[in-house]
Order: sequence, then C-alpha cells, then structure tokens
Amino acid sequence: MAAFDIYPEYEIVRNNERCTNCRVCEKQCANGAHIFLTDKNRMAADDDKCVNCHRCVAMCPVRALKIVKTNHTFRENLYWTGKSIKEIKRQAESGGVLLSSMGNPETYPVYFDKILLNASQVTNPSIDPLREPMETKVYLGSKPDKVVRDEKGRIKIDLPLHIKLSMPVMLSAMSYGSISYNAHESLARAAAEAGIMYNTGEGGLHEDLYRYGKNTIVQVASGRFGVHSRYLSNGAAIEIKMGQGAKPGIGGHLPGSKIVGDISKTRMIPEGSDAISPAPHHDIYSIEDLSQLVYSLKEATGYTKPIIVKIAAVHNVAAIASGIARSGADIIAIDGFRGGTGAAPARIRDHVGIPIELALASVDKRLRDEGIRNRVSIVAGGGIRSSADVVKAIALGADCVYIGTAALIALGCHMCRSCHTGKCNWGIATQREDLVKRLNPDWGYKRLVNLLNAWKHEIMEMMGGMGINAIESLRGNRLMLRGVGLNEKELEILGIKHAGE
Amino acid sequence: MNVSARRLGSRILNDEIRRAEEDIIIEDCFGERYIGSCASSITITINGTPGNAMGAYLDGATIIVNGNVQDAVGDTMNDGKIIIHGNAGDALGYAMRGGKIYVKGDAGYRTGIHMKEYKDKRHVIVVGGSTGSFLGEYLAGGMIIVLGMESEACPVGDFTGTGMHGGLIFIRSSTPPANLPKQVTVSLADDLDMGSMNEYLMEYADTFGLSIDEILRKPFYRLAPNAKNPYKQLYTIY
Repeated sequence: MAAFDIYPEYEIVRNNERCTNCRVCEKQCANGAHIFLTDKNRMAADDDKCVNCHRCVAMCPVRALKIVKTNHTFRENLYWTGKSIKEIKRQAESGGVLLSSMGNPETYPVYFDKILLNASQVTNPSIDPLREPMETKVYLGSKPDKVVRDEKGRIKIDLPLHIKLSMPVMLSAMSYGSISYNAHESLARAAAEAGIMYNTGEGGLHEDLYRYGKNTIVQVASGRFGVHSRYLSNGAAIEIKMGQGAKPGIGGHLPGSKIVGDISKTRMIPEGSDAISPAPHHDIYSIEDLSQLVYSLKEATGYTKPIIVKIAAVHNVAAIASGIARSGADIIAIDGFRGGTGAAPARIRDHVGIPIELALASVDKRLRDEGIRNRVSIVAGGGIRSSADVVKAIALGADCVYIGTAALIALGCHMCRSCHTGKCNWGIATQREDLVKRLNPDWGYKRLVNLLNAWKHEIMEMMGGMGINAIESLRGNRLMLRGVGLNEKELEILGIKHAGE
Repeated sequence: MNVSARRLGSRILNDEIRRAEEDIIIEDCFGERYIGSCASSITITINGTPGNAMGAYLDGATIIVNGNVQDAVGDTMNDGKIIIHGNAGDALGYAMRGGKIYVKGDAGYRTGIHMKEYKDKRHVIVVGGSTGSFLGEYLAGGMIIVLGMESEACPVGDFTGTGMHGGLIFIRSSTPPANLPKQVTVSLADDLDMGSMNEYLMEYADTFGLSIDEILRKPFYRLAPNAKNPYKQLYTIY
C-alpha cells in the first residue's frame, strides 16, 4: 500500500501532439521524472519524482510540457489538511525527521506587507534621483561615541574599522558544499562588480575565489571548516555564525556523500566524512566566551577586520543583541524566521524563531535605549524579497540587509525547495558535475548584478520620494513608515504609527 | 628576545610577539590572552600562566609553557607544537587539524573536540594526567592520547567521544571508560595501534623526561567511531 498511498503533489502534463520524443526532458531531469518507453516509442512521466523545478518546461524545445498542482485531494478539512495527513503518512513509513529546505513557507504574518512608506507632497519636496545626487553607500562597523576635533578645530578622522558597501545589500552566507562552485563564483563576482560583500558560509573558501577577498566575508562556525590564518586574513570581515533564521538552535550537517573533491579540500576534511556543525559552539556558553572568540579573531588578523556576529531572530533577541554589542563585535547580523537554508528539519524551520521585522525593530530600540546603538551596525536578513523590503528594513533600524534566496532566484533557482536532495536541476544546490555546469557563472553573475542595480535604482526612487537623499538619513527613520491592519502591540514593537495617524 | 608581560596587557604583548622575528621568551605572564595567535615560525617560551585562547589558529610556531594554561588553548590550530609543563583548562585543541599538543598534567572538559583530519596532516593531543568529561566530542579526525600517569582509575570523565565520527582516542588504563555513547566502539589497542602511537609517546617521554617503559606499563584502550555516518538514517525527504 505504502508506495501508492501518497498521491504526487504535481502532475506532468505533456502535449503529445507537440512532443517530438527528442528526450531533452529525460536528459534534463536529475530526478528521473521523464522516461522514454522504447516499445511504445513515446515519452512517459513519473509524477512521484517531479519536484516542480521547471527545468524540463524551460528546456522543452516545442513547449509540450507544463507542471500542474494536482487537484486530487484527501478528504481534508480546515483542521486536518492534506499536508498534515501526508506528513504523518511519510513519518509512519520511514520513522524519520521531516527534512526540507529554503525558508518558512507557512501563513504567519508578513509585517513587511503591512507597512507602507511615506512620500513628500508640497512641503519637503521629493528629490529626483535622475538629476540629484543620491547616496546609497553604507559603512558597516562601530561608530565613535562623539565627534572629536584637534586644536585647529578639524574633525579627527580616527574611525574604527569599517566595510564599505555601494548599497545597503549583502549576499548572505551560503557555503560551498551546500551550493555549487559555479554558484559561489557567481556570488563572488557579482559582489565584486556591485561593490558589496558576499559571504563564504561555513564551508571555507575555494582557492580560486581568494582574489575576490575585498568583497568577501569569511564565516567561522562551530565546525571551523576550512578556517586557517590565510582564510581569516583574506576576507574584508569575519562573521561568527551563532545561529541561522531557518533553523535556530539547530546545527548544520553536510552528509559525507556531498564531501567530494574540492569541497573536501576547501573544508579541509576527508572525502566522504560527514561535516557536522553542532548547534552551539562548545566553547561558547556566555557573552564573555563569545567576546573571547571575537577578540581571538581580531588578534589573529592584527585588528584589521571588523567582526560580525550572526544570530537567529528568537524570542529574547534584543537582550542577546545587547550582549553582542558589548562583546567587542562590530556588526550584528539578525536572521529572521523566513530565512532560507539548504536543509533543515521542517518542524524547526516552520515553527521556531520570530519575524525579522519585529526582531529588528526591538533590537534597534533596545540598543538605542541603552545608548550603545553606535557601537554596532545591524544587518537584517531572512526573507528580504524586494527593494521595498530593504527600504522598510532600513527604516526599522537596519544598516543594511542580507539577501540569500532572492540572489539564488536571480541565478536560476525556481524555488522547488528540494535543495536537500542534492539534485538541483539548475546547478545551484548540487555537486553533481553534469548539473553544476548548467549554471554558467559568466551569465549568473550578470543577472545578479542586474538585480542589484535594479534594486539600487528602486531604493533611490523610494528615498527620493520621501525627500531623503542619503540612506543614512533613512536608517531608523520610522516616521517614514505606517502600519496597516496592525494591532496596538505590533505597532508598539515596530515603533510605528498606524496609517491615518 | 626576552619580554616581560607585566603591565603590558594582552594587546600590546601580542603586538610585540607578532613583530618578533626571532624566538621570544615571555616572563611574568599572568593571564594575557591570545598569545601566539596565528604564529607561524618562531618558538615562544612562556614563564607564568597565559590566559585563554593561547595558540589559537597556530600555524607552525612552537609554544612552550612553563606553567599551567587556561581555556581554549590551540583553538583551530593548523600546524605547530604546544608543550605545557603543567595543566590545561577546558576545550583544549578545539577543531584542531594539524600539529601537536603535549600536556604534562591534566586537561579540563571537552578536550580535543571537533578535531578534524586533513590530507597528510597528522595531529595529536597527548595528556599525561586525566581529562574531564566530553573528551573528543564530535571527533572527526586526528588522535587523542590520555595517559593517566598518576591515576589508578580510568583517567577520563563521562560521555567520551559523543558524536565521534572519525579519528582515534587512546586511553592508558586497566579498565575501559564507563558511559560510552553508542557511536563509539572500544577495544584493547593492538600492535598496529601501539605502532601508530609510538612516535608521539617517545617524543612525549623525551619532552617531559619520563620513562617510555613506565608509559607502556599499562594497557591502552582504543576508542573508534562506530559508523562513519552516525546520522545517516535520521531524515525523511519531504
């Protein structure tokens, strides 16, 4: 019974009048959903294997294919949905933890969509970014407590370490191993071209990508994969990964089957060995311990690199951030519960953590209340979908944002959310050589740069509309935001007024 | 070159060490942290008690401590040698992937956790006394040897090798450790094992002026990972 008990979620619809049996779909599908029936001289489909990634649809030369969501259903009701029934059946069959990927897809409130931006009318006129200078540069790092002048009254420019970005967006941590070499190269080149940063993730840095060091954030996580002195000094900044929005409280585990070739070399572990990053750093049990790692990395690089501490947005995020700001870290990255991942237990992904909008607003407020907001920059990540989300995040108190999923979609991801299978048909979340080469970095990085440029223009348009000509003037500028359909408590936490007020 | 650490503070002391082009002797060391971080070629001799994270990311240098050390010594060490004529604190050799750490006395909790193995890098921690609990947790490569020279009982704490999926732990003891997790198998070390330890035991005995015969007087237990992929069967594709 088991094999047929769960009806496939998607059906492959083939227009047999158009199909020429060229078998491209069969070659393109790493999941084996297309089969050629030699005896009948026609194509057939195994819907069970389809993940709805659209590779076959995109490659079919005669447009003979489409994928539809099945209209076959369980006798579901509002409480016992088909999803719940299906998950129980799968677990009854396997006894395993449900594994999934990408961000939380559930119906929790999206606060970005309940916040609207302001624009100038009549007074404080709007600015036209096409003809007026518009500053989108951001400097991340600790800012001095006050302006100090020398005896001649000149401002002393003895600023702490910073990283400079051409716009308030960075590409968030995705490790080599969880994504392919070609995807990593695309991210690195896009960051270099756009004047921003990408992040190595915790899997080390491939030798060939060291040349993009000025645009690289190197990550140090509990497993310390590929961490050595040259790696640390190659990046523009170092990020300590304490947590991740998609799976707060959970570590990483790259199965031994993915530790092959250059991945093994870059992570500095043998081929076939599991790469396990436990949830906690087993040498960090307090802010004092975290501070020790922050300073050990500063010492290791001669105090030349700002240190970022990345945490997941969880219930007491403001108190944690306050501790981090006092630990010696220069930048705090907060990752909300919509943040993506290459693999996470579905229950953790869907039920742990809090929305980035609330976390960000409360961290910003807490640090301002304590008078230490200038000590750190804040990077908000976890589900940033558009330039409007970027502008709203900055007005809620972020210095800049991390984007991950959006960057991958620019590279060709179709959000089939099957990264954990390692069979990404678009060459992103896979290490299979034949699949990896489907992503051409020359093409990929340009698309990513296009996306960043487009967002930059949109950010300038929105700023201009508000009568703001520098991104610095937008940061924490909650007067530019109004809530729609939010209750008193939500408005209080976000620190914004309701529309009409 | 001699440097007194007195009143310098960690940062100034470490700046001096970074600039040093010849071997350096640090006197009056009293809790200064991060000594020898990333150091690659020189020999640093420390008289006194260095603070946490000594020899972090060590990349080939030798550090000799005439005294005790504190926590997180040799964190993510890549290469080199650390010799401690005293006791070590917690998390000794965290995620180390190269070089050697020799401790004359005891080591604290979580010794040698997350140690990795990489290519021909052969790395080892030898502790002469006993260690705390969680020895070799998440061990992925390399070798940990605990000698228990002064102990009658087995010289390790509880939960040795939890999550271990590579590497080897050898414990000199008349009885095997108790409370081993299911990822770990235990057996008496055979001739091959003794052969693989020999180089390190000889160097250890030589370093601290001990007799190799005395070290070899007791049997060694060998702890190895039970399965290469301990979490393999845990997940259901969704």
